[in-house]
Amino acid sequence: MTEKYGFAVNGRPVSVECDGTAPLLSVLREYLGLRGSKFGCGTEQCGACMVLIDGKPEYSCSREVSTVAGRDVTTVEGLAKDGGLHPLQQALLDEQAGQCGYCLSGILVSAAALLEKNPKPSRAEIIAALDPHLCRCGIHNRVIRAVQKAGAALAETAR
Amino acid sequence: MISNTLPLSLIDNPILSQWIAFEQPGRVRVGSGKVEIGQGILTALTQIAAEELDVRPEQINLVSGQTDISPAEGFTSGSYSIAVGGASIRLVCAEVRSLFLDQVAEELRCPVSELSIEDGRFLRAGKETGRDYWSMAGEITLDRRASGTAPVKRPSTYRIVGKHLPRLDLPAKVAGAGFIHDIATENLMHARVLRQPWRGANLAALDESAVRRAAGTPIEIIREGEFVAFTSGSELAVMRASEAARALAQWQGGAQPPADVGSPAWLKRQASRDKTTDTGKPGRAPAGRMVEASYSRPFLTYGSIGTSCALAEFKDGALKAWSHSQGPAVLREWLARALGLPSAQVNVFHRQGAGAYGHNTADDAAFDASFIAMRHPGRTVRVQWSREDEFAAAPISTAMAIKLSATLDKDNKPADWKIEIWSPPHAQRPGMNGNSNLLGAAALPNAPPLNPLGDVPDERGGGATRNAVAIYDLPRHRLIHHLLPEVPMRTSSLRGLGAWANVFAIESFIDELADIAGEDPVNYRLSLLTDPRARRVVETAARLSGWFEQRKLPEGRARGFGFARYKNIASFAAVVVEVEVDEDISLKKIWCAADAGLVIAPDGARNQLEGGIIQGASFVMREQVRFEDGRVANQTWDDYPILRFSDIPEIEIELIDNPNEPTLGLGEASVGPTGAAIGNALARALGRRIRDLPLTRERIMATLLSE
Ligand code: FES
Ligand code: FES
Repeated sequence: MTEKYGFAVNGRPVSVECDGTAPLLSVLREYLGLRGSKFGCGTEQCGACMVLIDGKPEYSCSREVSTVAGRDVTTVEGLAKDGGLHPLQQALLDEQAGQCGYCLSGILVSAAALLEKNPKPSRAEIIAALDPHLCRCGIHNRVIRAVQKAGAALAETAR
Repeated sequence: MISNTLPLSLIDNPILSQWIAFEQPGRVRVGSGKVEIGQGILTALTQIAAEELDVRPEQINLVSGQTDISPAEGFTSGSYSIAVGGASIRLVCAEVRSLFLDQVAEELRCPVSELSIEDGRFLRAGKETGRDYWSMAGEITLDRRASGTAPVKRPSTYRIVGKHLPRLDLPAKVAGAGFIHDIATENLMHARVLRQPWRGANLAALDESAVRRAAGTPIEIIREGEFVAFTSGSELAVMRASEAARALAQWQGGAQPPADVGSPAWLKRQASRDKTTDTGKPGRAPAGRMVEASYSRPFLTYGSIGTSCALAEFKDGALKAWSHSQGPAVLREWLARALGLPSAQVNVFHRQGAGAYGHNTADDAAFDASFIAMRHPGRTVRVQWSREDEFAAAPISTAMAIKLSATLDKDNKPADWKIEIWSPPHAQRPGMNGNSNLLGAAALPNAPPLNPLGDVPDERGGGATRNAVAIYDLPRHRLIHHLLPEVPMRTSSLRGLGAWANVFAIESFIDELADIAGEDPVNYRLSLLTDPRARRVVETAARLSGWFEQRKLPEGRARGFGFARYKNIASFAAVVVEVEVDEDISLKKIWCAADAGLVIAPDGARNQLEGGIIQGASFVMREQVRFEDGRVANQTWDDYPILRFSDIPEIEIELIDNPNEPTLGLGEASVGPTGAAIGNALARALGRRIRDLPLTRERIMATLLSE
């Protein structure tokens, strides 16, 4: 059954006409052309598809689009503001925290949500926030360092 | 010294213009058959080319894995990329540089020694000559054979190689882009393929109308032999169709693996081709105390976080395929054969996928998309695999059984050493043994029968025998290799092939011998090592971790050591792991020392070593593919856990600076030593050794309870 669903993606209102049971990830990639969020498993087990819904990290691979009507969705494409990089993106580059990079889109949004609440997270807090994310290449420690650095950079600009 | 003998890639692609072109002012196109699989190769190759040509890295346009214009370099595997692909680019660029310099010198009537190059411009005594590579390109033909004799730069003069250059592909990736999965053309046709659950399975029944209902919107179904595909303009429709079909399909016939497949008992029951290799002192075995131990590893899967994806288009009799294959040129050849096209009519374009740690389903996906594209000329067909199919139908890294025995002399040093290995092959990539090894092709009617399987030959590093010969000074050595060619699965190459299991066994056994000798494991190793590079790596890891200053660790904590030289010819790596054991292993800290010769991209090298450590730890602690009812039982990441953020400790790496030695492959070097160090730490913590992998909680509990 196709119906119209309205919500905001990266601050822009969108409206899609589709089957309400379609996963949000499919809607983002196929209907809205936002291919930053990745398919990894489809079963909430790897975090490649992570997006923020009203600021909270949620898996988009199994999330029915009808349930996000009227809500605010943020994807990796929405992190960079005013054409610049988000401090987390910059920190990942500074730490060269990537091998294949397939896990990064999801990790970025979870880390952004963490820093929003807690700009000075400990190693343990970062690990807890990123534990839903799998990375097969083994960049975990670099990511942790990058999140700490980005937190420090954010705190700096906030002052 | 960096030698000037021709590397394999240059022998296969001997013409300079196969590698390099000056087409656009200010830019150099450098071709490579080696491809980016997450290891940072494109950045490292760019550094090498820019260094030898004296241009800035941004001036290099590296075109990799594009079969119409890149050199054909086989597979990107076995840590050969920099050692072979990079060495070729270095020689080619050095030769091109000298050809141009000679020409400039002739025109200016001056000695070459007065000339220098800056960003591709030729200077004489530091002053502009008005000439550069691009203005001179018309005068010098590169359609000539590489001699490989042009002088290359001395490492001490390097300005770009060995220095940090940020990864060229990362900026796109932190923005969520740059993957094959993200290519979108107008009017894409999406497709999914139903996979046979085991080799040779026949589709007995499939309720197509139920599949169509599940799709939600109209789909088309292609059925030829056991090849079944669903296509639609909507990706969601084909995802839903294939999910339903997987549950509905009924299969019969074929070769269903038994439930105990891969266990040491199963391995030892299989038909085998045997080979014994003796080295060292001939004659009768010396008398002395005999020690013997048996180790095993299970089946594993490569488990990239992204599933495989491919696109293809068939137009005017020509096929284009976009793939994250590790061997685009090989794929081109075998796609052509399997599809009955002349290979000149097929082109493969490499695009980046998720990390490849060995033979994955990239080539299979490319066949799927290509086959379907030929049924829909003019359309661009896109295929992406499901996670369930990745677990169920990907090439599998084979189980192995390894038995070690030694006779000790009066100082408890091995006077006689024997290793015996039972293993199916680690080699069923496209083209190996003359088989296409493409899943879709094997499902078609009249698919050619499988040629008998062999393993990677020992001259090329071996498969099951990789790192089977311990690197220690052993006066007598016997290797018995039982190759099990009749394995019912597509067993193929995963990072390190047989190496990490052999290193696990050998390094565990060395610790067992050190215990018998009552010696410290590191000292015992050093007493058997004369190679100065090997000793230095072992000593560095010991120093880095404070091995000899270890205070008594609290109850349940212990450290273990592991060391190897990958393939006995590539990088050296020694790893120390500290664990805490309480029902399960928790990793507390890891230290690693490595010697990779001349390092092109130091940060990339560390990244690879650290990735290998984490993957190696994951292999031995968690991973196992299981079979039930003749098929793979793991369907999700829950059934196939890998290490995650909360399992990973801080890791300290020391890369030994050795710029005057040739570059050694290092992507696989830390995997084996890490696994071995974990096994050794666990044995120390438990006071009992577990020799069968993985070292799971269940095994640890069983060991504790059996006391
Ligand atoms: S794709 Fe959503 S968690 Fe894996
Ligand atoms: S960088 Fe490859 S999966 Fe994380």
